[in-house]
Amino acid sequence: MTLSLTTQPAGRTAGTGAVARGPRRPLRSFWPQYLAVAPFYLLFLIFGLFPIGFSIYLSFTDWDGIGKIKFVGLAQYQYLISDPRFWNAVGNTLVIWLLATVPMLFLALVLAFLLHQNIRFKSAYRVAYFLPNVTSMVAMAIVFGSVFSDSFGLVNSALTALGVNEVPWLSSNWGIKITIAVMVIWRWTGYNAIIYLAGLQAIPTELYESARVDGAGNWHIFSKLTVPLLRPVILFTVITSTIGGLSLFTEPQVLLGNNGGTDEAGMTIVLYQYNQAFTQFDFGYGSAIAWALFIIALVFAVINWRLVRERSTDSSSQRRLWTATTRKGITR
Amino acid sequence: MTVRVVSRLVTHLCVLFGVLLSVFPFYWLVAMSTQTTAEIFGYPPRLTFGPELLTNIRSVIHNVDLIQALFYTVIVSAASALLVMFFDSLAAFAFAKYSFPGKSVLFVALLVTMLVPGNLSLVPSFVLMSHLGWAGSLQALIIPGAANAFGIFLLRQFAAGSIPDELVDSARIDGAGFFRTYWSVGVPMLRGGLAFLGIFTFISAWNDYVWPLIVLVNPRVQTLQTALSTLNSVYGTDYGAVMAGALVSLLPLIGIFIIGSRHFIANIAAGALKG
Repeated sequence: MTLSLTTQPAGRTAGTGAVARGPRRPLRSFWPQYLAVAPFYLLFLIFGLFPIGFSIYLSFTDWDGIGKIKFVGLAQYQYLISDPRFWNAVGNTLVIWLLATVPMLFLALVLAFLLHQNIRFKSAYRVAYFLPNVTSMVAMAIVFGSVFSDSFGLVNSALTALGVNEVPWLSSNWGIKITIAVMVIWRWTGYNAIIYLAGLQAIPTELYESARVDGAGNWHIFSKLTVPLLRPVILFTVITSTIGGLSLFTEPQVLLGNNGGTDEAGMTIVLYQYNQAFTQFDFGYGSAIAWALFIIALVFAVINWRLVRERSTDSSSQRRLWTATTRKGITR
Repeated sequence: MTVRVVSRLVTHLCVLFGVLLSVFPFYWLVAMSTQTTAEIFGYPPRLTFGPELLTNIRSVIHNVDLIQALFYTVIVSAASALLVMFFDSLAAFAFAKYSFPGKSVLFVALLVTMLVPGNLSLVPSFVLMSHLGWAGSLQALIIPGAANAFGIFLLRQFAAGSIPDELVDSARIDGAGFFRTYWSVGVPMLRGGLAFLGIFTFISAWNDYVWPLIVLVNPRVQTLQTALSTLNSVYGTDYGAVMAGALVSLLPLIGIFIIGSRHFIANIAAGALKG
C-alpha cells in the first residue's frame, strides 16, 4: 500500500494561511480541520473500537443477551477447541475457499488475457463481466438454489438429458460445497479478470511485440511472460479472495439455512458464529468464535505478507531475469 | 483460413462464452419470475418467458411488504451514500490540503483501522444497538457507517493529485474560510472521486445482508435483502413470487451500476493496482 503522507512543498512564505506551515499557531486556530476529520474518529470509537473491546470481554463470559453476564474465564475457548462443529466449519470454509479460488483466479487470468487482445466492444464486455459482482447475493443465491435444485434444477435436467445420473447438489457433502464454490466463482471471476486486465495494460507492449516477433504462441506468452509479470497483482487477488473466503456467509445461509444443510456441509465459520450467537443466543461463545476467526485470518495475513515480502525484495532483478529467460525460452 | 483468423475466432468465442455464463443467471431469474410455480418445477424446464410476471409480483407484495422494503432500502442506501460522500470528502480535503498538528498520526491511525475485520464485532455491535434503542431501526444501518477510512483514503489520493494548491490559496486570499473553500473548491474538483464513492457506497448498502439480518429485530422494518430471505424461507413454495421479489430487488441496482459503470470499473481496477 502506498503510504505517502502529504507534506506541503517547502519554501512557502509563512502566513500564506491555511496551506502553509507557518510559525506556531494556537491549536484552536485549527478547529475547522479537526472538525472536518472528527466524524470518522468519533464513529470509529463508538461503533468500531468499543465493540471490539467489548467482544474480547464477552468471549470470556457466558451470556444469553438478556440474563446476567457470567464470567467464565477461558471456558468458551476450551470448549471451542474440542467442538467438532467448529472444526467442521473451519474445514468447510477452507475447502470451499480452495474449490472456488483456484479455478476462479485461473479463469480470470485467461479471460483477462483474451480481453487484452485487441478485441472490439471491450468496455461492453467489462460491464457484462463485472455485473455478477455488484448484484445482491441473497437474490442470486435463490437463483442458484433453483439451478442446482436436486429434483427440478436446470443442471440436473441437463445431466438427465445427457444420460448422466443426477447429482444431489443440495443434499450431499461435496454437492453443497461445489454449489457454494460455483456461486463464488460466478460472482468474483469477472471482478478479478478486470483487475488482471488493468495489470496487463500496465505491462509495456514492447515485451509482447518482441515475443511475437520471436514467434511465440499465445500459450507460451501467457505462461512465460504474462503470469510472471502479473505476480504482484495476482498476490493482491489472492489476499482479497482469502479475506472474502474466510468471511463467507450469505451464500450458504440463503441456500441452506442457519444450520448449513445436510451434515452441516455448508456451515462456514461466520455462519457458525451467527448460528451460535443469534439463533442459540450464546453471545459468549459467538464472540469466542469471532476471535478464533480473527486468529485464522491473522495466520493467513502473515503467510500472504511473507509471500509479498519475498517477492518485493528482489522484484526488479527477478523481473529482468524473467524477461531474459522467457526471451531465451521463446527463441529456442 | 489462416492460423491468425482461427485464433481470433477462438478468442471471440471464449470471451462470448464467458459473457453467457455471467449473464445467464440473470436471464434465468427473469424467465422464472414470468412463469407459474408449476411451470418452474416442470420437466423439462421451460427456458422462455411466460405471462405471469404481474401475478407473481402481486403475490410477492401480498406475502411480504416489498414496496415498504424497497422504500427503506432506497432511504438507507441513499442516506449512507450522501453521508459517506460528505464526511469522507471533508476529512480527505483537510488531510490533503491543510497541515495541522497531529495530522500524520491521525492519518496513520486511519489507515490502521482499515485492517480491522468487519465480522469480529457482530455480537457486541448488536448489544450496543439494543442499548441505544436502535435495534430494528434504520439508523442502525446508516449511522455506524456514515464515515469510513476507505473513502477518506481514496478521496485524499484524488484531492492530492487533482486540486492545485494555488486554487486553495486564492480562495483563502478571497477571504474564504476552511468550509467555504471545501465547498467551492474541494467539492467541484473531487466530482469524479465522489461519483465513484457514492455509487460504491450505494451498491454496498443496498446489498448488505449480515448486519440488517442481525439488527433488524422488528419484522415490520425490513430491507430488500432481509425481506427476500424471509420470502425464500417462509413462502418458498411459491417460487414464481420469490423470483419476482428477487427481480425487484435487483433491477434498480443493475440500473445504477450500468449508468455509473464507467467510473466504477475503472476506479476499482486502479485501486487494486495502487494498493
